[in-house]
Order: sequence, then C-alpha cells, then structure tokens
Amino acid sequence: MMSILEVKGLTIRFGGLTAVDTLNFKVEEGTIHGLIGPNGAGKTTTFNMISGFYAPSAGEILFRGERISGLPMHEVARRGVVRTFQHSTLFAELSVLDNALVGTHMSFRPNIFAAIFGRDRENRRRAEQRAREVLEFFGLADLSNERAGDLSHGHQRALGMAVAYASHPDVILLDEPFTGMNPEETEQMMGLMERLRAGGLTILLVEHDMRAVMGLCDRITCMSFGRLLAEGGPAEIRNHPGVIEAYLGGARHVA
Amino acid sequence: MRNTIIWIAVAAGLVALPEFLSYSQQEILVFLAINILLVSSYRLLTLTGEWSLAHVVIMGVGAYTSALLTKAVGLYVPLGIIVGGVAAGLIAFALSYLLFRMKGFYFLIGSFASGEIIRLLWRRFREPFGGSKGLKGIEAMPDFSIGFHRFDFFEPASYFYFTALVVALCLWVLWRIEKSPVGLTFHAVHWQDHLAQASGVNVRAYRTLAFVVASGFAGIAGALLAHYVGTINPNSFSVEVMVFVLTWAIVGGTRTFYGPIIGCIVLTILNEVVLRELGLEQTRPLIYGAILILSILFMPKGLEGIVQKFLPKQEAR
Repeated sequence: MMSILEVKGLTIRFGGLTAVDTLNFKVEEGTIHGLIGPNGAGKTTTFNMISGFYAPSAGEILFRGERISGLPMHEVARRGVVRTFQHSTLFAELSVLDNALVGTHMSFRPNIFAAIFGRDRENRRRAEQRAREVLEFFGLADLSNERAGDLSHGHQRALGMAVAYASHPDVILLDEPFTGMNPEETEQMMGLMERLRAGGLTILLVEHDMRAVMGLCDRITCMSFGRLLAEGGPAEIRNHPGVIEAYLGGARHVA
Repeated sequence: MRNTIIWIAVAAGLVALPEFLSYSQQEILVFLAINILLVSSYRLLTLTGEWSLAHVVIMGVGAYTSALLTKAVGLYVPLGIIVGGVAAGLIAFALSYLLFRMKGFYFLIGSFASGEIIRLLWRRFREPFGGSKGLKGIEAMPDFSIGFHRFDFFEPASYFYFTALVVALCLWVLWRIEKSPVGLTFHAVHWQDHLAQASGVNVRAYRTLAFVVASGFAGIAGALLAHYVGTINPNSFSVEVMVFVLTWAIVGGTRTFYGPIIGCIVLTILNEVVLRELGLEQTRPLIYGAILILSILFMPKGLEGIVQKFLPKQEAR
C-alpha cells in the first residue's frame, strides 16, 4: 500500500549549513507520526519543507504519490496537507468564529461578485455551519464571539488546530502542539488527537513533550543534526541507544 | 425597519443639504463627496495591511482616461467615468505584478516610485496627456432631465446629487465586499499572512484583488473630479494630495468602515470653514501635519475610537 506522505532524500542548505541531510521517512494513512530530536536537529525545517514554507535544495516530498515539494504553501494546503504553527499563531484581532471561518476558505471559496450581489448566501451558511461544528469539536463553541487574542493559552492552541481542521485536511501537521501546556491541557489535547485519528485523519507532529509523544504516536522518526537517527514504534525509540545518546549525551535514561 | 427609516432620513438630509449652503460651500460639498470615495477605497487596500502612496496617482489615471476618452471618441460622460475606474483597476493590476513582490515599508516606497513614474509620463508626453499644463476643457456632464426637474451639471448642487448617488453606490459595494468572506480573507491576510496561506489562501492574489478593486473606485473618484473641475494636470495628483488622504485615514482611524469617512468630513470642515474664516488656508499642509502628529500621540484609535465609545459594543472583527 502506498504511504500517504513520503519524504525522499530531503535536503536543504542555508549557505554552507546543511540543515536537513538526505532525510527519508514515510507516514502511513490514519496514523499519528511523531518527529522528534534534540534542539537544532532540523525538525521544524523539515516541517517547513513539507508544508511548502521552504523549497528543499534536493530530494522530494510525495503526497499520495504526487510531488508536493517546492509548491507554495497555499497549493500544498489545497492538496490536503494543512499545518499549524508554533506558539499561538492566530488571527488575534478576529473573533474565534471568524478564525474558524478563515479555515473553511478552501471548501467555500469566496467570490467577490457573488458577495456583492448577495448570491453566496448558501455558501456562507454552510461555511458557518462547518466552522461552528469544528469549534464544537474542539470545545470552543461557547467562546465563538470572543476575540481570539483574549483566549487562554490552551484554548488558543485548540483554536489553531480548529482552523486547520476546518478545511477538511487529509494530513494535519502540528508544530509543537503541547508547548507551554499544563498536564491537564496536554491530556485534553491528546484526547482530541486520538479522536481525530479515529476519524481517519493522519497527523504528523513535531514535539518535545516525550510523555505525549510516547503515549500518542504510532510511529516515531528521530532526527539528529539534520539526519535520520532512528525510526520505529515508541518502545523501540525509547530504548534505542542512539536516541538516548543524542538526547542525553551518553546518559542512561530518556523520557 | 428602523434602519430603513434612518437611511431615508439620511438621503432626505443629503437632498436638502445644498439648500442651506452658499455656492462655494456647495462646491466644497462636491469635493467632499469625491474625497469620501477616495479615502474609503483607500481603506479597502489598507485592510490587507499594505499602505500605498500611489492611490492618488491611480485616481488620476481614472481622471485622465475618462477626460481623454470623452473628448477623443465622444464617449458619454457617465460611461467615461466607469471606463476611468476600469482603466485605473487595470493599471493597478499591471503594477501589482511588481509591487507585490514587496511588503510593508518596501511596498510603500515602491508604490511611491511607480506613482511618480506615471506622473512623469503625463508630464513628458504632451500628446495625449497635455504635458505639465495638463488637460483643459474636459467634457462636462451633459444636462439631464427627469421630467419635473432638469439637472444642469454646471450647478454644484446638481453635480453634488449626481456625485452623491455614484459615491453612495460605490460605498455600498465596498461595504458588501468588506462584510463578505472576501473581506474576512483580507483581514486574515493582514493579521497573519502565513496562517492564511496555510488555510489555502493565495495571499498574493488577495493582495492584488484588494489593490485592483480599491484602485478601480479611486479611478471613479478621479473621473468624477475631472468632469467637474474641467481641468486636470499632473500636480492635481501630487504626493501632497496623497498626504491629505493619509491624514484623513489616520485621523479618522482605519479599523471601521466609517472611520476614514469621519476623518475626511471633520478635516474638510476644519479646513474649509475654520481655516478659511481665520484666513489661514495657506498653512493647510502645516496644520494637517500638526493634526496628524497630535492625533497619533493623543488619539491613537482615531476619531472612530471616540465614536465607538458612544455606540453599543459590537462583535469583534
């Protein structure tokens, strides 16, 4: 069976620095796949290449066998690979509902002429329905009219995922979704991701929180200094000597 | 229902307004209506977060196009005004190819440079643009009869009615755009262009769209101006006028639809009534500069911020 996302020989150089060096891995449909590694390993850079934020220097990224590397970010998104950002990157000045509505952009493409002559009522209604449905799913329905910038950190992270999920993606790329969350929020977020996976969504996440990664991921790719270090299930990665070495510089334990 | 009554009252007020004003004040009213369209169209562009310095020159494109076409091929003036708007939009589309490789400050400077290039072209080519003397004897709006009343468009009151109608229609369209999903996408592009892109928004296409639509309405404003004053030259659209537009927008505030309109009205009244009474109209740039600085220092939310305090709280947008 073909993998939904395939990274082949991915390389990017910034001047003399090779940030990611001939990286290979595959993400299977309907799984949660973790991308981990010490700081500076090139995880976020890899992420940025998959989402189209950077164009790779060499290698390619295939989505359902189609090459998506080098496409601009909105084209990658239109094919069904949607990302979130580190920290609370949101439309802080807009209401929570409007944030989710922007997420429906791809399903209900706005048209300026239809908008002027009022011929887009049906689309607007369905977009709003979708937005409310997504907010409901992420437990944000009561906050629809709040300004996004006023939400608590945990709610902001959830809204970031809601914006991405509103567009009916096939693969969702989460960039450090658990950063700065308290254990309770982490627990809730993990529950949400498991529900998303149960709904058939594929999730690729970059994360530092080992407890969340080990508890959630079906498969984990570990990077170090821009290269693939190890790949396998949580148990394998936990006990992989190379991974332990990379994280703790030779010490005995990880996680 | 209540809204309908308010709008009918506003319309009636506008119809009656010229009756209470002197001839020269009626003329000011015409310019005020045109400037409201100019600054409102400018706001549509600022929704995407880009501030252009070419807006007034683009307005001039509409003015020149309509003036030349009505004279050269005898195009009916109202049609010329529409064609002027379309031409301004097309020029903006051509410029956008270059300008939207830049953002923020670089866009500002780039737009200024391209505006100056257009003005130099008008100055350089006596055929057809009339060089630095510009165009004279531009076709006036032909008389128009609606049965019981005959409009003579040399009368400022009549031209005001015509202008007000066109401007009202344009503002309605701008309002519809802003309140639609397209307007929401403009806001999204402004606040977080990367996140918008990740939601599948073609950011550059939306920036271009806002620029083209805003320019189209600026072109209509320019054409309305040209057929009223009858003479235009490259200096009618200089950067000094652009600074006035910026001042209206900043003093009024650009967060709401009505902010720039309030800014335009208040500063026009200040300028034409107060300064003229005091005999200070020569110092207009100086006073505008002072007002701009003072309002940035002491009124960062603009006049709209004051209005909002008295209005019931609305949903965040």
